[in-house]
Amino acid sequence: MAVRKSAPVINNIPYEEFNDNETLEKLIDELNAGGVNAAVAPLDKLIDWGRSNSLWPLTFATSCCGIEFMAVAAARYDMARFGFEITRNSPRQGDVLLVNGTITSKMAPVVKRLYDQMCDPKYVVAVGGCAISGGPFTKSYHVVKGVDKILPVDVYCPGCPPRPESFLYAMMQLQRKVRVENFFGTTNRKQKDPYKETIGFGSAEYAELLNQQEQA
Amino acid sequence: MSNKINPIVVAPEELHDKLAALKAEGYDFLECLTGCDWGEEGLGVVYSLTKSSTTFEMTHVKCVAADKENPTLPTVCDLWDIANIYEREVYDFYGIIFLGHPDMRRLFLREDWVGFPMRKNDCPEEKNAEIPTTNEDISDTRHKYTLNAEGQLVCEDSPVFAEDAYVVNIGPQHPSTHGVLHLRTAIEGERVKQIDPHLGYIHRGIEKLSENMTYPQTLALTDRMDYLGAMQTRHALCMCIEQAMGIEVSPRVQVIRTIMDELQRIDSHILFFSCLCQDLGATTAFLYGFRDREEVLKIFEKTTGGRLIINYNMIGGVAHDLHPDFVKDVKHFINETMPRGLKEYHSIFTGNVIFRNRAIGVGPLSKEQVISYGCTGGTGRAAGWHCDLRKHRPYAAYDQVKFNEITFESGDSMDRYMVRLKEIEESCEIIRQLIDNIPEGPIQEKLKPIVKVPEGCYYSAVEGSRGILGVYLESKGDKSPYRLHYRSTGLPLVAALDEACRDYMIADLITIGGTMDYIIPDIDR
Repeated sequence: MAVRKSAPVINNIPYEEFNDNETLEKLIDELNAGGVNAAVAPLDKLIDWGRSNSLWPLTFATSCCGIEFMAVAAARYDMARFGFEITRNSPRQGDVLLVNGTITSKMAPVVKRLYDQMCDPKYVVAVGGCAISGGPFTKSYHVVKGVDKILPVDVYCPGCPPRPESFLYAMMQLQRKVRVENFFGTTNRKQKDPYKETIGFGSAEYAELLNQQEQA
Repeated sequence: MSNKINPIVVAPEELHDKLAALKAEGYDFLECLTGCDWGEEGLGVVYSLTKSSTTFEMTHVKCVAADKENPTLPTVCDLWDIANIYEREVYDFYGIIFLGHPDMRRLFLREDWVGFPMRKNDCPEEKNAEIPTTNEDISDTRHKYTLNAEGQLVCEDSPVFAEDAYVVNIGPQHPSTHGVLHLRTAIEGERVKQIDPHLGYIHRGIEKLSENMTYPQTLALTDRMDYLGAMQTRHALCMCIEQAMGIEVSPRVQVIRTIMDELQRIDSHILFFSCLCQDLGATTAFLYGFRDREEVLKIFEKTTGGRLIINYNMIGGVAHDLHPDFVKDVKHFINETMPRGLKEYHSIFTGNVIFRNRAIGVGPLSKEQVISYGCTGGTGRAAGWHCDLRKHRPYAAYDQVKFNEITFESGDSMDRYMVRLKEIEESCEIIRQLIDNIPEGPIQEKLKPIVKVPEGCYYSAVEGSRGILGVYLESKGDKSPYRLHYRSTGLPLVAALDEACRDYMIADLITIGGTMDYIIPDIDR
């Protein structure tokens, strides 16, 4: 028997007051396409509730947005209210990579590496104009025009830099995304391992690829 | 008052002797070193020298390399320590090889970067991928170029670190480096033996971008350079363009700019305090600092609409008039919030035994060293160098106010920390003298629709939150600058890290780096 997961509720804010509910609904539809087991779905809910309220950001700031991020963490805006208070300095312990600031060509491999070092499930929020599209530096020779060229981005948070309220809103949108995920009975990501077929499972190349990933 | 400069033109062969002679005359502070591509004339460098004693007179020397394709100039590393890193910057952008320089590596760009992006005929986008597919291999070899008897370049390689050195990478992703700074640190046990700063992780090419923008557009990028000195950086550029065009801004604008600069300085110094505390493990003090900083941001927001990136100064004035509550809010801030805040900072952190042990006598820089490295601002004044431009080369409304220039003697971490806390008091004092009599007048001068700066070279500087912030502008009479160079306040501080940290514990690196107070996007530009 299968049930459909309902829309997530965050901190007593009505569902309709969030922007871009269509994307979320599309995601729910996709995740529920195969149906969710009725017996374990409530367990999923419990896990998602716990995870969405303890998203630990990795302290990663390249420029101005990082200072606003510090303001969000400090007394007045206090992101601890939402469960984001523990910023981790090691990528191994972070759940969400907040890309605060411009990513330059030189920095790009480093960001990719940081992302690879994080443990699944992991999320990326592109904070500020620079991380979204290059911002005021789009025409520069040394700037990556949007961090989504190197990482899969979950939430975009526009602004230069975004106001703290905007930060919190972006994090709440991420929480909503986390709350509809499935753990039991079905998989979150439909995408199969792309190398399994092309290279061949068990071949020497595949083993080397795994080895490379582990070293990263 | 014009800020036009007429550099003395010197042939490359005489350059070193000329600069050495000027240094002996008293011009012992290399304020700025600007590379430039003059097209047909060739590539070259403009050296801006300053008398480090009270007068702060400046002189500029221009030198053009003979060869256009493979330009070479003699190094001045032996005269000033800071020339080392400045010349590497010029090499990185223009490919000018400095003969006799011990360490001719790229400074900002990747080592496998093709071309020299600031040359007028270089197309960096075509030769380099936007996203490199490989990790960067950082070489451990220094190159020293000299000319042999036939006049050909000879490269002499030497290792950056000693053969048996144990090198620890600190950064680029490290919470205590205040951004994406990469310090390759050679240690022996727990003692730091050598630091090789590796920069450029946030190099956005602001100077090159500015060359294709109109003057009002270039202003937008200044705020994003040193974001804790947004007002001051923009003030410097506006002032440079205004003086070059001969625009007199009204006294009202001068006073508004002065007040805003000082508020920005307080903002920056509070953030300095907070981050230093955070780095040294005092989280409560961090929250105290940020609580008070929000008050400054509120004042900014009411008048300008921005919190961090403010976009307030404009060519010929400011963007908006003051908010009706401005005077009331500022008075409340300087009379109530800040005195209470400072008292709390001192009681919670300054007297703390752990902090005192970690700061007193740690990482001292002598007066000679700070002048040679060009470490201005709080770092310079902590070592006893009177380098406050507000006093020595007054601009805006600073000649109307009375304030003390805070200096200390020993130049250790504790002094660098105290200078900034004391400067908050002085900034409050400056604002107190101005806030009650802001003159009436226009906030914006009438300008032609297209801003054009008359042909020539111009240099203006302000006292930023962490040192002298200079703007070198070269114009060909166009609507966009031919060359725009910023004297970064942070670059000399990072250059001096090696000297300051040597033989101290690796944990002291955090204290020393924190008290130096550098901002990485300002270094990399």
